[in-house]
Amino acid sequence: MTYAKRFDGRGFEELRPMTAKVGVIHRADGSAMFQTGKTIAYAAVYGPRDLHPKFMQNPSTGILRINYNMMPFSGHGERVRPGGSRRSKEINMVMQNALLPVLNLKDYPNAVVDVFVELPQTDAGTRCAAITAAAMALADAGIEMKDLVCAVAAGRVEDKVVLDLNYLEDSHEDGADIPVAILPNSGKVTLLQMDGEISPEMLKEAVTKAKTACKKIYEVQKEALKARFATRSA
Amino acid sequence: MISEQKAHLLKALSKEMRYDGRKALEFRPISVEYGISASAEGSSRVRIGGTEVIAGVKIETGTPYPDTPDQGNLMVNAELLPLSNPKYESGPPGEKATELARVVDRGIRESKCIDVKKLVVKSGEHVWSVNIDICSINDEGNLQDASMLAAIAALKDARMPKLTDKFEVDYDSEKTKDKLPLARTPVEVTVIKVGDQFFVDPLIDEEELIEARLTVAITEKGTICALQKGGELPLSTEDLDKMISIAQKLAPTLRNALG
Repeated sequence: MTYAKRFDGRGFEELRPMTAKVGVIHRADGSAMFQTGKTIAYAAVYGPRDLHPKFMQNPSTGILRINYNMMPFSGHGERVRPGGSRRSKEINMVMQNALLPVLNLKDYPNAVVDVFVELPQTDAGTRCAAITAAAMALADAGIEMKDLVCAVAAGRVEDKVVLDLNYLEDSHEDGADIPVAILPNSGKVTLLQMDGEISPEMLKEAVTKAKTACKKIYEVQKEALKARFATRSA
Repeated sequence: MISEQKAHLLKALSKEMRYDGRKALEFRPISVEYGISASAEGSSRVRIGGTEVIAGVKIETGTPYPDTPDQGNLMVNAELLPLSNPKYESGPPGEKATELARVVDRGIRESKCIDVKKLVVKSGEHVWSVNIDICSINDEGNLQDASMLAAIAALKDARMPKLTDKFEVDYDSEKTKDKLPLARTPVEVTVIKVGDQFFVDPLIDEEELIEARLTVAITEKGTICALQKGGELPLSTEDLDKMISIAQKLAPTLRNALG
């Protein structure tokens, strides 16, 4: 089968329109909103702060704790029951691995940096939007970072490699979905997952294209952080 | 510490002043946005000053309760998201979230805002279930009044989904243009008492000092459709009269924000 034209008319390597804003939740120590197409992620950072329960404390370093949550009305289809699921547990873990490499929490023994991500509206690519928003929120919180983290889903629909898949593409029978997180300055990969089926050649192509796309996301993140800084000093 | 803050607040209130320069019976600026989540059948964002809440309505079909075969179902749930306040933790709703949701639920249910008798698809077999979820985004005080307003706005924004032949919601089709059968527009005003002073729309710092509060749900006719007294100290009947009349006077301010 040939995927001649994308369901939403985009070019095969075209990302959905992106919006980013830093400093959207005043009570948080750092916060950001990232939107790609119809997927919206809010991220708030609290900390470094005391970690409870105490047995989780690590005397040699602070820890990063992620809490990813879809609002009950944010899914395609039925209401999502509030509270964690197996899926959100896994996302918390892979997000932690995606973000931790850029942080240095050694100066905060026994403490925690909490990242809360909430999605009011989704159209696939939520973990990537969550990582992109969380990285900006961490920077906004003034936590020391070696780099930002940008994430996008690459994938296959029929015979084509595509970027930033929407729900229709993500749920397409003949394809694959590959969320990738990249450290934009070193080009290193901190999140890589896949479901579906793909040839090794196409996989390589998909990851390379995701890497290039992340540069565009990086620019959007930087602009949003600069805009926040500009309003602060005004 | 609390007693000093209380003395300070009372002194300021006696001079008609609040921490943020408002008068005692004045709300912060209120704004309502509709349609903020495409995945919901109806949604809204309400801001009262820095406080922000999002509400979403999911409409599904289900079977009616055996004792009410000719009535649809209504459910209100509130999530005090840990993203909105450093004191909130993730996990099942606690006392505060449960009270918040139940007081909104009563305001909507008892005002007959939604005519549940019109939410019937096939008598005794299929009815509409209207699920309202309220999520706090930034808590700078007075989540109660903001949540009620957001819930009403989301209901107003809602469009009925299409059904399949089996009376299930067809999520692959666009929503219809049909609205929910809304008969009333109740709003809630929470009046606070500290010392011998009354005020509304508390900030977080002021919420810490509350001695007694009364949430009053009011319809556009001026009738009262739900009440909730909170706080540790008792209220006299004179207090109640005064608080209810304050709420009635301020209800239109909130209702006008719905546009």
